[in-house]
Amino acid sequence: MTAGEKRGLIVTAVIFLVAAMLPLVNQGYWLSIGVSIAMYTVLATSWTLFSGPTNYIALSTAAFFGIGMYLVAAFLDWAPFPVLVLMAVVVGAAFAAVIGLATLRISGVYFVIFTLGLTELVRQVVAWMQHVMGTSSGLYVLISMTDPILYWLLLALSAIVFAIGWWIGRSRLGFALRIIGNDEVVAEHSGINTARAKVYLFVISSAFAALTGALVAPRWSYVEPTIAFSPFLSFQVVIMALLGGVHRLWGPLLGVIPFTLLWELISANFPAQTTLVLGVAFLLIVYFIPHGVVGLFEDLMRNRHGRLDSIKGTLLRWRSGNA
Amino acid sequence: MDIIIIGLLLGGTYALMAMGLQLQYGVARIMNLANGEILVCGAFGAIWFFTASKLSPIYAVLFVVPLAFAANWAIYQWMMLPLVKRAKNQGQLEVDSILATFGLSFFVIGILLAVFGGEFLTYSYLAQPVRIFGEPYALNRIAAFIGSAVLCAGLYAWLHWTRAGLTMRAVSVNPGAAGLVSINVTRASALAFALGGAVTAAGGVLLSMFLTFDASLGVAFTLKALIIVIMGGVNDVRGAIIASFILGLTETAVATLVDPGLTLAAAYILFIVILLVRPEGLFGRRAS
Repeated sequence: MTAGEKRGLIVTAVIFLVAAMLPLVNQGYWLSIGVSIAMYTVLATSWTLFSGPTNYIALSTAAFFGIGMYLVAAFLDWAPFPVLVLMAVVVGAAFAAVIGLATLRISGVYFVIFTLGLTELVRQVVAWMQHVMGTSSGLYVLISMTDPILYWLLLALSAIVFAIGWWIGRSRLGFALRIIGNDEVVAEHSGINTARAKVYLFVISSAFAALTGALVAPRWSYVEPTIAFSPFLSFQVVIMALLGGVHRLWGPLLGVIPFTLLWELISANFPAQTTLVLGVAFLLIVYFIPHGVVGLFEDLMRNRHGRLDSIKGTLLRWRSGNA
Repeated sequence: MDIIIIGLLLGGTYALMAMGLQLQYGVARIMNLANGEILVCGAFGAIWFFTASKLSPIYAVLFVVPLAFAANWAIYQWMMLPLVKRAKNQGQLEVDSILATFGLSFFVIGILLAVFGGEFLTYSYLAQPVRIFGEPYALNRIAAFIGSAVLCAGLYAWLHWTRAGLTMRAVSVNPGAAGLVSINVTRASALAFALGGAVTAAGGVLLSMFLTFDASLGVAFTLKALIIVIMGGVNDVRGAIIASFILGLTETAVATLVDPGLTLAAAYILFIVILLVRPEGLFGRRAS
């Protein structure tokens, strides 16, 4: 571990510790915003783990999130909550593996297209299964889970996502993914099993979405297909990750925090126009900050360094000219 | 028998939206995820036209098509062209255009929600039955099929027997080479994108004659059109038409035999089969 990495680790740990204090300070409005931020941090960061380096845009977060949530809601009478949460991870990962194996072996846009309608597909199938089995479409999730506990759970989960992301970034797998993102043909010719690398990451990223869905299910307390499988969520996650920047591990976080706060404002003031506002925000980000907040920040830093360097260069030239 | 005829009628109407997407993706090289929303716009236009004027919704094509053409031209000029110029390679353009049109789709849904509200909209036109082989079928489905067939035939003829159509096909095969033989690729792409949007909207008008629409339905149609285009091959109109029939048949079969709520699942099954068996499409050539 280099000195820089050590410093990064300490800073991250301090930030997490400070963030963990929130429930001790406020138990009401700010805590509920904190829960949202922690939830979107997990979703957006794990989305970026796969879609960031590879450039394969996954539009299926809501499908996996909904699967996790639904598992908890449907089987709560038969199994304890922690078991169901584990099950959500397993089912989400297995489902992602099947989809990945079918679509990621081939390069191209097939994967994106497949994920586009996935949420709607799963929603239809779940509604149909409920119809066939004769159960009512609405389900109640009645377990007591207080906001502070949920907040700490999600915070711990985001720490895990960061740790895994950091580890992948250093590993051969992460290196392979970056090459795939740059040029898939080159990656293949240099002996990378591109399909396997892509499927691994998609599975990890989707399992986290399912896990998050399972964890927050008690907060929703009433679950039905249209609520659990809302395509809106996939959209929000992508927009947050893009706003922050997808080429740094901590990039999405910089998108999640402002966006969640902004979103609270928008949905409080223009509840009917949320889709429109979200669409406009998305377009603005794609066109004007394609590399996210992180990109802006890094450009700024580079410009400053660049200017310093050029000043130094001029000084040196001037001095050597005098001598 | 029932399933086959209804399936073919539905598939014939799908062919129009698939050809629209094919023009946008095959020629203009833009993967348009807002395609379904354009279709829904066309359908809403027809619904509004019919309830306001009581004239046949077929006439709605006359104003929906030019409007959609203009709107899509504008989208290409002001939204897609900057992306084309910014992109360093085809992959970058694909990612950017997917994101931009994905955002656009939510933008359009938002506008539709603001203007028309969130309810399901429909109207009743030509709902009387017609007997074919002794079985009754709704006249509006047949009218929509005929309308679609006429437009598809017209488009096919235009693509194959006019100079402008030849230009389209040349750009679709190889934009670089098309540029070398003094084809204005940017103009051709803009034309293809606009025309594709217009054709898709016309498909929406026809589908609105027998389907119920709401503002959020677009994504299902985008997906159907994409599946048809992948199945039929990106550069082949015949492939798209045959694939439309296959999708129409499969959907109708699943809807009648299993459950009407599972049409998207039917489309997905087809999608998986194609991906596993012939990812290059029915008439596509295997990449070497």
